[in-house]
Amino acid sequence: MIIHETAERLAAQIKSGERSSVEVTQAHLDRIAAVDGAVHAFLYVDEERALTRAAAVDARIAAGDTVGPLAGVPLALKDVLTYRGAPTTCGSKILQGWLPPYDAGVTERLLDADLVILGKTNMDEFAMGSSTENSAYGPTHNPWDLDRIPGGSGGGSSAALAAFEAPLAIGTDTGGSIRQPASVTGTVGVKPTYGGTSRYGLVALASSLDQAGPCARTVLDAALLHQVIAGHDPRDSTSIDAPVPDVVGAARSGDVTGLKIGVVTELGGEGYAPGVLQRFTEAVDLLASLGAEIVEVSCPHFVYALAAYYLILPSEVSSNLAKFDAMRFGLRVGDDGTRSAEEVMAATRQAGFGAEAKRRIIIGTYALSSGYYDAYYGQAQKVRTLISRDFDAAFAQVDVLVSPSTPTTAFLLGEKVNDPLAMYLNDICTIPSNLAGNAAASFPAGLAPEDGLPVGIQVMAPPLADDRLYRVGAALERALTPSWGGPLLSRIPGLPGADGEVVR
Amino acid sequence: MALTPEDVAALARLARIDLTDEELAQLAPQLDVILESVARVSDVAAEDIPPTSHALPLTNVFRADVTAPSLPLAEVLAGAPAAEQDRFRVPRILGEDA
Repeated sequence: MIIHETAERLAAQIKSGERSSVEVTQAHLDRIAAVDGAVHAFLYVDEERALTRAAAVDARIAAGDTVGPLAGVPLALKDVLTYRGAPTTCGSKILQGWLPPYDAGVTERLLDADLVILGKTNMDEFAMGSSTENSAYGPTHNPWDLDRIPGGSGGGSSAALAAFEAPLAIGTDTGGSIRQPASVTGTVGVKPTYGGTSRYGLVALASSLDQAGPCARTVLDAALLHQVIAGHDPRDSTSIDAPVPDVVGAARSGDVTGLKIGVVTELGGEGYAPGVLQRFTEAVDLLASLGAEIVEVSCPHFVYALAAYYLILPSEVSSNLAKFDAMRFGLRVGDDGTRSAEEVMAATRQAGFGAEAKRRIIIGTYALSSGYYDAYYGQAQKVRTLISRDFDAAFAQVDVLVSPSTPTTAFLLGEKVNDPLAMYLNDICTIPSNLAGNAAASFPAGLAPEDGLPVGIQVMAPPLADDRLYRVGAALERALTPSWGGPLLSRIPGLPGADGEVVR
Repeated sequence: MALTPEDVAALARLARIDLTDEELAQLAPQLDVILESVARVSDVAAEDIPPTSHALPLTNVFRADVTAPSLPLAEVLAGAPAAEQDRFRVPRILGEDA
């Protein structure tokens, strides 16, 4: 079946003429029509333009033109990246119906590489959340169990992959929003080194932490997509002007012989589900059996990462979200001719922002206010330095670090929605790499025995050593797939189709 | 430190967000729990530690001072809540008695 193929195979088939991009694109649009009522991964499906672009790619291939390595392959784009002509809402009411007048840097790369964008995927409002329940447009459901969360903020992208609605997706990761959704859906998600992909046109949550990255069902597919979207963009002043690490070569190699792998002491133990720890330990043992050298590494300041993050992030949020002021784009309420701009602004932000956005804006306002600045934001920045130093010391001893991606498997929708702190704890393993800016990824490690839900293993590599993530991920995928009797996602239950019957 | 609904209202005013009494009552205890938890950062002795605002060392970036096409005006204004004579139309910016 087309929808079960890897992006790599689809690209080869489209290139050889065995299948057309139109056929492949249509198959995914049909799948979306069949199952997205139950999954709700997409906020917008760009059907007409996807088919037009697919036909154009087919015509160019037929004419013998040179096309990119993923030409004609469909992809789902997180709704936080602009795509001219498609509504970009960031999961917020405040941007409902806004049509961006330009393409994000990442979007531009995708289009230049002849990928076909199927539509925009659901997310927590402005990427604040771990479950997609903070989306103003309703949550996405985990295809493994529709009563459970698909992760967040990029739960739409991860669910689209797991539901076979798209072979590739783009996510963004500020505190784990690519890796945590990948972990709980049994998919692959990579947060490149900060500065590795362009932030131009990525609606900012926290500018010093945000990074777009590839999401896929296989390690090689993620690497092929990484290669397409990474690289210097002069329109993003934090974009790194350096060659993209050879991620595709690393994913094809998967050789971990002699690789030194550090297990982070602080990311495990109490608070972690037994099945998560079991699959994680098995994965580490497997890497050892493949020739990697395993040591335990302590990163003592990681225990403060969550606290530092939830000061730094809201501080940046309170500043970045100030631009949603009802003047230049999006929602405006209460403009009845009598109210002042300031009154309209406050009324619009009341109506347009959801509860989590309000919480974080207010925390940020508090943390940055005079009198509290040094104790909160200033101190958090110092802790950030200490976390970076922990990484530096660790990477002086080992090539990569590993941990579980998340403390638990997917929790139930509604379970943590009124307990923000419990929700924040989901990101405990992923946050340190955002604070330090190094590369990190989540790869499937199997299903937890107690609930049959996916578990992810996180791999962290030094800045600009993104290729090491793929080396480890590919080694695991190769060794684990036979033990699962095929790709992990081949064990996912069927989904209810549009007319009620179960579809696979 | 117990954040009161009045404190939250003052912060919301600074952030230009109207909040209902119900929202204030709900937010105050939630924010209190969060702030108590993040206050852990002060448990770290970091007096001599320099702050990090950004993961990677940043240097200023320059570009050539040349004109380039700007965003298409019609498309930009189409996304605005209100436009007039090729400009954003905004509510009055001065108080009633100004």
